[in-house]
Amino acid sequence: MRPLLERLAAGELLVGDGALGTMLLERGLAPGQPPESLTLKRPAVLEEIARLSLDAVADLLETNTFGGSPLKLALHGLEAETERVNGEAVRAVRRVAEGRAHVAASVGPSGRLPEPYGDVSRAELLASFRRQIAALVAAGADCICVETMTDLTEATLAVHAAKDVAPTIPVLATMTFDPTPRGYFTIIGVRVSAAAAGLEQAGADAIGSNCGNGVEHMIAIAREFRAASRLPVVIQPNAGLPRVVGGRTVYDETPEFLAEKARELVTLGVSIIGGCCGTTPEHVRALRAMVDAARG
Amino acid sequence: MGALAKVADAVIRGDPAQVAAFTREVIRDGVPPKEILDGGLIAGMTVIGDRFRVHEIFLPDVLLAAKAMYAGMDELRPLLVRDGIPSIGKVVIGTIQGDLHDIGKNLVGIMLKGAGFEVIDLGHDVAPERMVQTAVEQGASVIGMSALLTTTMPVMGEVVRLLRERGLAGEILTIVGGAPVSDAFAREIGADAYGFDAGNAVDVVKDLVGRR
Repeated sequence: MRPLLERLAAGELLVGDGALGTMLLERGLAPGQPPESLTLKRPAVLEEIARLSLDAVADLLETNTFGGSPLKLALHGLEAETERVNGEAVRAVRRVAEGRAHVAASVGPSGRLPEPYGDVSRAELLASFRRQIAALVAAGADCICVETMTDLTEATLAVHAAKDVAPTIPVLATMTFDPTPRGYFTIIGVRVSAAAAGLEQAGADAIGSNCGNGVEHMIAIAREFRAASRLPVVIQPNAGLPRVVGGRTVYDETPEFLAEKARELVTLGVSIIGGCCGTTPEHVRALRAMVDAARG
Repeated sequence: MGALAKVADAVIRGDPAQVAAFTREVIRDGVPPKEILDGGLIAGMTVIGDRFRVHEIFLPDVLLAAKAMYAGMDELRPLLVRDGIPSIGKVVIGTIQGDLHDIGKNLVGIMLKGAGFEVIDLGHDVAPERMVQTAVEQGASVIGMSALLTTTMPVMGEVVRLLRERGLAGEILTIVGGAPVSDAFAREIGADAYGFDAGNAVDVVKDLVGRR
């Protein structure tokens, strides 16, 4: 397998994997427990999920490290375990990937907002991301996925942290946007064009959006990213917005619906298409079939 | 600009030092505390709330304005207490047990305070028993709960159950919110109301307090 950046530069279209969080819940992650706690207790579950995605022929397999920054782990009293939580999660996916898929190490928000409107300094945020990413890189991550970001300061600090720790590691950086009557914004008020400029300047190798309100909004968001930057674009939508029916969480967008709508993303020249909350190995399989057909 | 408009304007600009200074000024000039509250601090936060609702401004601006409003409240509070001026209502808020998300809940707290409510914020991961206990001890008329995880949403039903069990339903009213929460879900668990966003939550809580 060629390195990720070479594949992107060659214009390859890659398929990401499905949602980890929802699959962990189905496998006994207790409500309210951090997904990262499972890494130390039941690493075999992580291998099982990675294998399901690999079987669906995903090109990237994400690690169970979304909440693995020490600032976030501190909410659960787990910050002292930062190195183990991040290292074990990467190793579990590596054991499955075996050079057939890229190990994409997830880095999510700290859960804190930067000063002056928030209560955490830039230095603290940077140090937190550096510590997490150092553990991810040491364990053999192939790339860093900064994702579900809504604050541009935090997102760019995470990208900087990755490039500080490992100057050559590819960094994918994606943010989460909501539709408003005035266009797409993150909850912090970041427009797509501002996100694209900020993330590119910070040194991200690919930029885009994940999570959010379903694939149809992602088409409009992808178009804005393509207009704002020449970097490869990453799009990983939710399977729609979650609904609760009779105590169970349901996502309405089927694998067929996602794959059909994602054709438009291919047309727009998006480089990596995957899934976020509510997507399953079936969604990945449907995307794979669509992408392979589109690329003949 | 009038003296109270200057207070409101400094709130809108999110300048705590100026809000404190202008508030002290109008206090010194003998403007009644209730007028300073309504015409200065709450007036400023009302503009912030309106702009936020139409996506003209976003969370950071609201957080900065709130900090500025609190600086004014710190000056004003002793006088409100001295004059025995009550708030328009007391609300206990918190993110439900098992859930650590609190940005949305904090926003609701800010908007409620900005509208003149007294808010007791229990933070995140709050046990149902503690919500009810605090509301009883503090004499609050409304409990506002949020959940950001579909897995923690059902725990909010436990608060409703506890209130009924203790004969407090109708006396202490409940409002629920959070990204995965819906009006239908609120009815399913027997909550008194649902707020779809922070601005709406304020309107709904006002309505609940009026109904009571």
